[in-house]
Amino acid sequence: MELPVISNNAPAAEGGGCSSSGCGTAPDALGHLPDHIRAKVQDHPCYSEEAHHYFARMHVAVAPACNIQCNYCNRKYDCSNESRPGVVSELLTPDQAIKKVLAVAAEIPQMTVLGIAGPGDPLANPGRTFETFEQLSARAPDIKLCVSTNGLSLPQYVDEIAKHNIDHVTITINCVDPEVGAKIYPWIYWENKRITGVEGARILIEQQQKGLQMLTDRGILVKVNSVLIPGVNDEHLKEVSKIVKAKGAFLHNVMPLIAEPEHGTYYGIMEQPEPTPEQLQELQDACAGDMAMMRHCRQCRADAVGLLGEDRGDEFTLDKIDVMDVDYEAAMVRRKVVHDEIIEKLDAKRGIVKPKAEGIPEGSRPVLMAVAGKNGVVAEHFGHAKEFLIYEASPEGVRFISHRKTELYCGGMDSCGDGDVVEAGATESLLDRNIRVLAGCEVVLCSKVGYEPWAKLEAAGIAPNGEHAMEPIEDAVMAVYKEIAATGKLLPAAESLKVA
Amino acid sequence: MALQITQSCVNCWACVDVCPNDAIYQDTPHFLIDDGKCTECLGDHADPQCAAICPIEMAIVNELGEFLNPPGSLTGIPIEKLKEFGLWREAA
Repeated sequence: MELPVISNNAPAAEGGGCSSSGCGTAPDALGHLPDHIRAKVQDHPCYSEEAHHYFARMHVAVAPACNIQCNYCNRKYDCSNESRPGVVSELLTPDQAIKKVLAVAAEIPQMTVLGIAGPGDPLANPGRTFETFEQLSARAPDIKLCVSTNGLSLPQYVDEIAKHNIDHVTITINCVDPEVGAKIYPWIYWENKRITGVEGARILIEQQQKGLQMLTDRGILVKVNSVLIPGVNDEHLKEVSKIVKAKGAFLHNVMPLIAEPEHGTYYGIMEQPEPTPEQLQELQDACAGDMAMMRHCRQCRADAVGLLGEDRGDEFTLDKIDVMDVDYEAAMVRRKVVHDEIIEKLDAKRGIVKPKAEGIPEGSRPVLMAVAGKNGVVAEHFGHAKEFLIYEASPEGVRFISHRKTELYCGGMDSCGDGDVVEAGATESLLDRNIRVLAGCEVVLCSKVGYEPWAKLEAAGIAPNGEHAMEPIEDAVMAVYKEIAATGKLLPAAESLKVA
Repeated sequence: MALQITQSCVNCWACVDVCPNDAIYQDTPHFLIDDGKCTECLGDHADPQCAAICPIEMAIVNELGEFLNPPGSLTGIPIEKLKEFGLWREAA
């Protein structure tokens, strides 16, 4: 079968990545920012949804110690097949970290950002963390530095952070009410004591809020991460969003709780439910009225390397970087060329008109579609997609909502390392699970779909569509939306009768 | 008198940074406490610092082999659940 290729958006397809502002919040998550802040984040994949298609980041795991306990974390972190915060395979010394960063930066010129994110709390490891930053700012001045923290030690280190030119800080703030906090944090280590319960949570919240204010007072960009824990802080996060915005945080990233029993966390073992994709989207939408929301976060590991959603860490293990000979001066010249090219492409894309929802009758309901996409086009076979990008089409146009992973986290020892169709102990097949992941979507766009999944998708009320392979995602979503609109199915029953 | 680190240790370095006596050193398979240097923090702090920051239950014991952070004490996971997941031990 020959696939029709319609493209009125050639530069976007060529460049890879979804069409500029559509990927992210509606209409443009960073639209409200002053120019100098936009300039700071335009090549930061974790802060700009546009940038995340082009620029890569890496984390170095130099910070193993932590000063608090979160109920979603287990410090026995070591599984190379897992992808979630707090997990690493190889702890590095600052010297090893520098070597790794220079090797990666030379090999992957799109890598613009180096973050320290754990596996513990970077500010509970001030010696290792700041030594890494200090060496890097001297040897690789073209790399942006950023740090994530739980905030407990933040006020103490704000000046140090400013000194090292770290202009992006992420604080994880799950609550502003100590009563809620006591259900998330069993203890903190504070002034030489372990402090439990509400009192521990109160101190943590106080330090987080103080640190946030101190950073924004100094003009350092702050993103706030929050973990959505159904029944614990879901409603409360709306309040958190208002407060952190008032204190000057520029982006709020609400992430779903990860809680599988095999991870051995409190929430995992106690069977605390994870939020459904619908719950997450609902909360993100509710908070979006208050501030810019980030929706492209992939909750990556503390040693992740590469574009968001991919991990090339295996190419840069200690034994491999040991034999790499890096001429960073030369690499910097190559890197500059690559960065300039990408920025130029992004600038050019800003002028491109997005696919319009012309001819869609007013009052048509929005439709969610899942896309097996890569580099901004409908590219992947249904069965090969590791994640689906979820888009909403409405009379206002097409907007990116979220990504949903198909191969969720590590399934435990029995399935670790291979793509079993049925995981040991699992009651549903991978196919059934992937179809469940697509709940709420009416269409799935991919390059190809096999017979078995086709039938199962249709039975689940999700129309498989392989007609738009290699088209830019937003064009494809709009084209399908128009097809559905033409059938009159998007209008309330009474009105569609009138149209007919 | 000195404390000891058990096989439960995950090598997270937290205790190393807070020990007032520099008594903790890296070793394989896990960190160890130099019993010549450890004072159990007497005179320095109200609580032994390694045990106050350690995130892992059963990882620090006293001379009697008693856990300073017994199973369930840090996570709040009930003992029956710990037993179900094989995470419970009575003594070191």
